[in-house]
Amino acid sequence: MAANLMLVKGVAAPMEPKPVAKSVVATPPPEPHARTPWTDAVRAILSAVLPRVLGIFALLALWYFAAQNSAYLPGPDKTFHSAVEVFADPFYQRGPNDQGVGWNLLASLERVAKGFGLAALIGIPLGFALGRFASLSKAASPIISLLRPVSPLAWLPIGLAIFQAANPAAIFCIFICSVWPMIINTALGVASVPQDYLNVARVLQLSEWKVFTRILLPASIPYVLTGAKLALGIAWLAIVASEMLTGGVGIGFWLWDEWNNLNMEHILIAIVVIGVVGLLMEQGMTAIANRFDYRQR
Amino acid sequence: MTAYLEVDHATIEFKTRKGIYRAVQNVSIEVEQGEFVSIIGHSGCGKSTVLNLIAGLVPASSGGALLGGREISGPSPERAVVFQNHSLLPWLTCYGNVYLAVEKVFSGRQTKAQMRERTDEALALVGLTHARDKRPNEISGGMKQRVGIARALAMEPKVLLMDEPFGALDALTRANLQDSLMEIQARLKSTVVMVTHDVDEAVLLSDRIVMMSNGPAATVGQILSVDLPRPRNRLQLAEDARYTHHRAEVLRFLHSGHGAGAIAA
Repeated sequence: MAANLMLVKGVAAPMEPKPVAKSVVATPPPEPHARTPWTDAVRAILSAVLPRVLGIFALLALWYFAAQNSAYLPGPDKTFHSAVEVFADPFYQRGPNDQGVGWNLLASLERVAKGFGLAALIGIPLGFALGRFASLSKAASPIISLLRPVSPLAWLPIGLAIFQAANPAAIFCIFICSVWPMIINTALGVASVPQDYLNVARVLQLSEWKVFTRILLPASIPYVLTGAKLALGIAWLAIVASEMLTGGVGIGFWLWDEWNNLNMEHILIAIVVIGVVGLLMEQGMTAIANRFDYRQR
Repeated sequence: MTAYLEVDHATIEFKTRKGIYRAVQNVSIEVEQGEFVSIIGHSGCGKSTVLNLIAGLVPASSGGALLGGREISGPSPERAVVFQNHSLLPWLTCYGNVYLAVEKVFSGRQTKAQMRERTDEALALVGLTHARDKRPNEISGGMKQRVGIARALAMEPKVLLMDEPFGALDALTRANLQDSLMEIQARLKSTVVMVTHDVDEAVLLSDRIVMMSNGPAATVGQILSVDLPRPRNRLQLAEDARYTHHRAEVLRFLHSGHGAGAIAA
């Protein structure tokens, strides 16, 4: 008990000198009170939260000192004040090229949703087909291997040429870059369904539909969702870049526009917003993936 | 002349990268209705291949297998398989796994309520009513194998095929399941073909033991009738002279020219 108490104190106050801890040992606290659910909860929270808080604090400190020595980089304090202003009115509209950060963010999310949704709609069934039929997979694999490493932005001119408009071209970019992980992971999932399960299906003589719904689909869902998670991450990376080129409205455009305005605070705010939204999307996808993964239940 | 289940001069070959591999050659086995037959042999002797032929999972290159006078041309629920590694679908509960099989065999002929009852009966038969709503990863290896057996039995197959069903289990669990299997088989009078490499298991459970020589081109070396009264009790049999004699016969085969000699070859 005493050791546990020391540990709590040690975490809470790392600088505490040892002799003090020893005196705690010397006068043992009443045992029943030493370890209540409450102290356990505090310990758990401290050990979970404290390192994270310290990490963020370290980053802020680094940023602060970097800003002190730079003529251009605003410090955390200035950026924070600017952020308060930006988020006080996120949905203002002053013409097509001057809208609140909320509108810009929503525009980006809408593009990602469209491009990603389209990629899922096409990529997942295609992945199932490739996983189920080896000859189809052989036909597709050189094409996929060749096109997959191409940077998403390389597709932007093609999109512009096809659609003659910036917005569909950006969506096209998202679609192209997020379709590969969906196809590849879905196909991998279907192809790696254990032969044992398929033998069960053969002995039971399940119909192709039952094989799909009872065996292929549940067995490959973890792979499909991993593909979707990767795709969403890539889509979010790509949208910021493509909006810088296509302009209009969007978080990537906003960031680039603020560079033209030389508003460094807003650029930093944009980076944090992009990071937070990306993090939330990944957490959301992970939660969905765990929900549907039979291994997690 | 024709037996209930018959493997008739079957030769099974596989195409491999190095050419054609002849796994078993000229295998003939006859099984009567209600009989319990074990196929025993060293690992890799092709005994599972013979079982897969009967299951319809593997085609014969020449010869073939017949059930009730009809040629076996593919897998069918009338020949249920208990797989070595249980092969339960991990996303379904024990009940769901059994019901999938019941639904396939009996839908159209029986109402949903009857099929549900049949599923519960099968689980009760293997003593797993309490684990009905658990998923395979929540139960022990022995329980999984029980579900596999329940799934196979619930289909009311003409033949129950078991591919080293207890091979992956610890000795106590295995003994327990063997006893359950003997009980169930006595009650249902099922026709069973079981692949095993365990001599005691073969002698304890079987009416006849088919001993296979080593592969490649493995074939039936000898067939032993196990002349022990049922119901059998493993404790009493342990001191039974006939049991010891049968056991010794199988061991002699496995370690004689047929078995061990072929390993060296």
